[in-house]
Amino acid sequence: MKRLSKQQYDEMTKQASPKSKPLQNCLWAFGVGGAICLVGEVLRQLYLSAGLEKDIASLAVSGSLILLSGIFTALGWYHRLAVHAGAGTLVPITGFANAVVSPAIEFKCEGLVTGVGAKMFVIAGPVIVYGVLASEIYGLIYYFMQKMM
Amino acid sequence: MNFLAAFVVGGLLCVVGQLLIDLTSLTPAKILVGYVVAGVIVSGVGLYQPLVDIAGAGATVPLIGFGHLLAQGVQKAIAENGIWGVLTGGFVAAAGGVAASLTVGFLAAVLSRSKDQN
Repeated sequence: MKRLSKQQYDEMTKQASPKSKPLQNCLWAFGVGGAICLVGEVLRQLYLSAGLEKDIASLAVSGSLILLSGIFTALGWYHRLAVHAGAGTLVPITGFANAVVSPAIEFKCEGLVTGVGAKMFVIAGPVIVYGVLASEIYGLIYYFMQKMM
Repeated sequence: MNFLAAFVVGGLLCVVGQLLIDLTSLTPAKILVGYVVAGVIVSGVGLYQPLVDIAGAGATVPLIGFGHLLAQGVQKAIAENGIWGVLTGGFVAAAGGVAASLTVGFLAAVLSRSKDQN
């Protein structure tokens, strides 16, 4: 077996990976991502007109979309949509839920603790870690700026 | 009008992610991390709330809105508890979405069988 340099390997992966069509991909992402947000906005208006406060309505929207995403993921529909929609299904909160539910189902065979319990945070974990860290740094800056004013 | 703004703004935020996928070698996990951190920063400098006012769920449903939620949570917690709010604000704000996700994840795992993703 011949040893490959990193450049040669990069060249080979480039040739082997399917040609992506950026414009078509972006249209899919725009349409599907926009549609998911539209569903969210319809739900939000429903919850607001039902008398929920703004913050609670937003939480209810997130919860509803997460539940829908979980159902779609468990039925295998979310993955099928994601093949075309790319970031359109990744970026909305449904993509975050999918990133939790999908490995939870996949690693069920490794048990409820080290399988389901651990693997559901493979992607969500880093998101939470760096989100919270960023919020702490922002909080410190915000706190001391307020003190100085 | 609300609905159109939600569709267009939400769609455009996803297009940014699609361009990151197509033009860089960033993995989905890194893109999601980037969105949340970007949300904290953009919200922190005061640029995100105006977008939420215009687009509603179009701005809050994409994960950058999750970062906005974290930043707002920290502000609120600092107003209530001073410096200790720095520690609690982010997690408290994230709690609803994270708890919902892990509950749905657990139930889905218990109720369904793993199947071939292809």
